[in-house]
Amino acid sequence: MKEIIKLENIRRNFVVGDEVVHALRGLSFTIKEGEFVTIMGSSGSGKSTLLNILGCLDTPTSGEYYLDGVSVRTMGKNARATLRNRKIGFVFQNYNLLPKTTAIENVELPLMYNPAYNTVQRRKKSIDALIAVGLGERLNHKSNQMSGGQMQRVAIARALVNDPAVILADEATGNLDTRTSFEILVLFQKLHDEGRTIIFVTHNPEIAQYSSRNITLRDGHITSDIENEKILDAAETLAKLPVNDDY
Amino acid sequence: MNIANLFKIAVRALTNNKLRCFLTMLGIIIGVASVITMLAIGQGSKKSIQAEISEMGSNMIMIHPGGDMRGGVRQSADDMETLKLKDYESIINETRYVAAVSASVNSSGQVIYGSNNAPTTVYGISPDYMEIRRYKVQDGEMFTEQDVTTAAKVCVIGKTIVDNLFTNGENPVGKIIRFQKLPFKVIGVLESKGYNSMGMDQDDLILAPYTTVQKRVLAITHLQEIICSAIKEEYTEQAMDEITEILRRNHKLKADEEDDFTVRSQQELSNMLTNTTDMLTVLLAAVAGISLLVGGIGIMNIMYVSVTERTREIGLRMSIGAKGIDILAQFLIESILISVTGGLIGVLFGVGASLLVNYVAHFPIYIQPWSVILSFAVCTMTGVFFGWYPAKKAADLDPIEAIRYE
Repeated sequence: MKEIIKLENIRRNFVVGDEVVHALRGLSFTIKEGEFVTIMGSSGSGKSTLLNILGCLDTPTSGEYYLDGVSVRTMGKNARATLRNRKIGFVFQNYNLLPKTTAIENVELPLMYNPAYNTVQRRKKSIDALIAVGLGERLNHKSNQMSGGQMQRVAIARALVNDPAVILADEATGNLDTRTSFEILVLFQKLHDEGRTIIFVTHNPEIAQYSSRNITLRDGHITSDIENEKILDAAETLAKLPVNDDY
Repeated sequence: MNIANLFKIAVRALTNNKLRCFLTMLGIIIGVASVITMLAIGQGSKKSIQAEISEMGSNMIMIHPGGDMRGGVRQSADDMETLKLKDYESIINETRYVAAVSASVNSSGQVIYGSNNAPTTVYGISPDYMEIRRYKVQDGEMFTEQDVTTAAKVCVIGKTIVDNLFTNGENPVGKIIRFQKLPFKVIGVLESKGYNSMGMDQDDLILAPYTTVQKRVLAITHLQEIICSAIKEEYTEQAMDEITEILRRNHKLKADEEDDFTVRSQQELSNMLTNTTDMLTVLLAAVAGISLLVGGIGIMNIMYVSVTERTREIGLRMSIGAKGIDILAQFLIESILISVTGGLIGVLFGVGASLLVNYVAHFPIYIQPWSVILSFAVCTMTGVFFGWYPAKKAADLDPIEAIRYE
């Protein structure tokens, strides 16, 4: 399998006042195409910093990071912006949809920054992505007319629309209730089955059981990196959840 | 990223905030509209003054006797007898830049016809006067050089005189009127010129040969005024210099003596009046310009708030691949769109307001194309200038911090 992400001894230091904070202290791992990796760790473990580096929003102080075979460490701001546009799909905890904007327009956004697509192609790809996340009926709903689960689906469609090498999810279920969380997990597992590479950063250990590999961070080190032998099916768990109409 | 996409993004962002967008525009609308209206009013009054002056003859030059000291007492210019017939003849014969010359003497008094009488002024002039002052004979004819030579008792009268004396509508041509005790035969009636900008009735006059007025009315040999016209408006200066030279020579003035006459041109008067209106225009435009500036600051203020409010959106755009320049362009286009749209509406309002002023207050207006183009250009510049700083601030945001901004 092709290596999508390759980290070699990544360090990231922040200078806060007179002190140097070591957020990442030499991480090395590779993620192959088609993996569904959860990165876990308590707060302060360095997972946000790692996510920023994986997402090309930040560059490591030392060490090499190859995304889809391209070395990111020496890239400039604009080159990284273009790289993010072509290779990465972000899903955030708080969705980050544009307010008062339709689902289609939100999903189109990454393609707006890619001159290779014209209006017609952009629209077609966006509709395809929205259908893929199960929102084919709500193309023209505005973001403020949707539930949290629907908004997160739009955000996932937005992450898919540019056919990224890797989808980076940052606590993607953190703002959702249990039932909707599992619905989103079902969607992620479906995407995984279709062969997409997913990195899911979370502090919720439960989610780890539904991914193919778990990496645990602590104080800037990797404390465990295990393949998940027994991947749970999120759809089954969802079916077992008590139907709760109280809320 | 292409401009068309940036444009779409900016339009979407603006339509999401229609009211705020409109209120921001309002500053620009008012600014541009007031600049255009003020300039239209200023230029309009300038135009109307210029038109009236050229109606009087824009290349006209007036020569009056100057005040002089006699035994330490400054004399009134009107009492001086320094302008002679010889001066008049020299100007006719020796100048190159002077087209028409007329001597002028005048006398005020009652004019009588039948049982009607009216106060008026008789102007003793040469036939050239008609050309210089742009008078035209409507009925009958003008007197000739022959009449001047013979000091004939003929006259041409203005419309006001006709109205005052010939109340029952008879044709004045051929009738005899009396000025003081002297009978004049009316041989022509002038075309009406109406009132001038100083409120003088230009039709309340009688024109007669200057010799007749000199000898038969005033009993003088000097001239009260010589008026002439330069061959073209732009040669007025040269003509005035020529006349000054001739008169100084005729009057045998030494180099250190001051002129005993004054030479003034209509152009000087015209310049003075248009300078005043120009100053007024500049003043009005400056006030209006300030309101445009305030409108610009309004844009800056709103864009600033907008950048802060949309920090998360900017962070998101950056994380999905927007470069700094894309964000800069987006916000810059937003502010330019606001100011250009505001400018267009302002132009419409300005033109509308100008026409309204003209219609309601009967103020002369003149909308100069450059004033429209200028105010429109200024407001586009305003958009770029005041949009730049907030846009730059947005473009310099760190995506990591922006996306988690609360």
